[in-house]
Amino acid sequence: MELVVFVLAAAMVLVGAIGVITRSNPVHAALSLVLTLFGIAVMFVSHEAHFLAAVQVIVYAGAIVVLFLFVIMLLGVDRSEDISIEPITAQRPLAAIVGLGVSGIVIAALVSSRSAISTSGDGIDASTVDAADANIRQLARSIFSNNVFAFEITSVLLIVAVIGTVLMARRIKLREAGK
Amino acid sequence: MSTVFALDPLLEGKLLWTPLLIVLVKVLIVFVVGLVATMLMVWFERKVIAGMQNRVGPNKAGPWGLLQTLADGTKLFFKEDLIPERADRFVFKLAPYIVLAPAFLAFAIIPLGGDFRDGKSGMITLFGHQTRMQLADPPIGVLFALAISSIAVYGIMLAGWSSGSKYPLLGSVRASAQMVSYEAALGLSLAAVLLVSGTLSTAGIVDMQSSVGNWNFVATGFIPFFIFLISATAELNRPPFDLVEAEQELVGGFNTEYSSIRFALFFLAEFMNTITMSALIVTLFFGGPQPISVGNTTLDIPFIPNGIEGTVWLLLKVLVFLYIYVWFRATLPRFRYDQLMDLGWKILIPASLGWFMLLAAQRVGRTVGWDQIVVTLVSALVLIGGYALLQRAHKVSRANREKDGASF
Repeated sequence: MELVVFVLAAAMVLVGAIGVITRSNPVHAALSLVLTLFGIAVMFVSHEAHFLAAVQVIVYAGAIVVLFLFVIMLLGVDRSEDISIEPITAQRPLAAIVGLGVSGIVIAALVSSRSAISTSGDGIDASTVDAADANIRQLARSIFSNNVFAFEITSVLLIVAVIGTVLMARRIKLREAGK
Repeated sequence: MSTVFALDPLLEGKLLWTPLLIVLVKVLIVFVVGLVATMLMVWFERKVIAGMQNRVGPNKAGPWGLLQTLADGTKLFFKEDLIPERADRFVFKLAPYIVLAPAFLAFAIIPLGGDFRDGKSGMITLFGHQTRMQLADPPIGVLFALAISSIAVYGIMLAGWSSGSKYPLLGSVRASAQMVSYEAALGLSLAAVLLVSGTLSTAGIVDMQSSVGNWNFVATGFIPFFIFLISATAELNRPPFDLVEAEQELVGGFNTEYSSIRFALFFLAEFMNTITMSALIVTLFFGGPQPISVGNTTLDIPFIPNGIEGTVWLLLKVLVFLYIYVWFRATLPRFRYDQLMDLGWKILIPASLGWFMLLAAQRVGRTVGWDQIVVTLVSALVLIGGYALLQRAHKVSRANREKDGASF
C-alpha cells in the first residue's frame, strides 16, 4: 500500500516538475508547480507528518503559488513564450551540469549512509507518537523551547522584509512626485 | 500500512470488508447529503428572500416549489455549452471542478452527529465496529478546512483568467485578493478556538463544548466568533462582501463567460460552501451535535436515541446560520472595495490578534497562578496602547496620502 502511495505521489511530483520547466505558458507552469507541491504533501501524509502536509498545502499551494499567479496575471505576462530562445548564453548547459551534480551528490550521500538510514534512529520520541496530535505537540515544543530564539528572529526578519518592501515602493513614488 | 488511512478509527489495523463497506457508505451518504442540502439551500434562500421582499418566490415545481432547483439544474444540463474563442480551453474546463471539489471535501471533517454526552466522545457502534458520524477525523482537524479553503481560491482565479476576457479577470483578481486577505483573520480567530480547546480535531473541539457555558462562543469571549462570522462571509464571497459579482461594475464576475452545466457547478459550489461554513461555525463555536444544556439540565429530545439526536441538533443550529446568511443578503448593501480591504486588514486582523494575545495571557496567568484581575488589566492596557499606536499610524499615513495626492 505504502509503495502504491509512494509511486503515485512520486509520479505527481515528477510530472509537475517536468511541467514547470517545459510548459511555455507561465500560468500552466505555475499550475504544474502546484501539482508538485501536492505530491510532496501526499508524501508527508504517508510518512504521518500530517501537520507538515497541511502547512505545505496552506503556505506553499495556498499562498505562495497564488502570489505567483497574481504577479503573472497582473503583469500581463501570461502569454505563451517561445522557450527555444535562450536569454542568457550557456545557461542551459550550466543548468544541466548543476542538476546532474546535485543529484549525484544526493545519491552519493544516500549510498554512503545507507546503513544509518535503514536502522531506526532516535530522532522521534516514540513514546509520544501514538497520540493523534503528537506531531503538532512535538513540533510546538521544539519551536517554542529549544529554538525559540531562531523562531523569533525569523519572524523579525520577515517583518523587516515587509516594511522594507513597503518603504521602497513608497520612495519611488515620492521621487516621481519630485521630492 | 493502514496508517495512511487512519483518518477513521475503522480503518486502523487490518483492512476488513465490513469496515470498508461502512466507510464507503459513509462517503456516499456525505456526498448525497451535501448535494440534497445544497438543493434545498437554494430553495430556502430564494423562498426566504422572497418573503423578506414581499414576494411569493418559487412555488410551481413540486410542493412549495421545493423541486425548483432540480428543474433549474436539469434545464442547465441541456443548455448550450459555450467556450470563448480566446479561452485557455484546458484550464477553462478544469476550473469548475477545482471550485466544486474543495466544497465537498471540507464537509468531510464536520461531525454530523453522534453521542457526545457523558464522555462518550461521539463514538457510535455500527455492526460491532466503533466509528464516528463524520467522514474523516484527521489529526490536523480544522487545519484541513483551512487548507481546503486556500485551494478553493485557485478555481475562482483560474476561471476568471482562463476566460480570456477583461471583466472575468478583474472579478477573479478581486475575489482572490479578498479571499487571501480574509483567510488571515479567519485563521487568527480560529486560533483562539484552538487555544481554548487544546486540540485540532473537530470531534475533540465538539467534545469540549459540553454545555452552553463551555461553548467556544462564550469561552473565547464572543469577539472571535464575530470576526470568524464576518471573515467567513467574505471568504464565501457572499453579500455584503460579494464584490466578485458586482453586476454594475463587472457584468457577472469570474463566471461571466461560463454557461450550461459549468456555470451550474460554480453555483452549486457557492451554496455548498455556505452550508459547509455554517456547519464549521456551529462545530467550532456552538458545540456542533451537542444538545443545548445549561448547568446540569439538558434539553433532551424524547424518544430519539442520543446518536441521532446529535444530527437533529446540528441541523437546527446550522439552519440558524443559513438563515443569518440569507438575512445578510436581503438586508445589507454591498461594501465598497477599499472599505472591504480596510475592514479586513485594519480592523479584523489586529482585533483577532489582540484578542488572541489576551486569551493567551489569561491562560498563562491561570497556569502560573497570577491574579486574574491584574492579568486582565495589564493585557487590556497593552491592547489599548496597541490600538492607540495603530490609530496614530493610520492618521499619519492618511495625512501623508493627502499630501502626496492620489497614489495610483
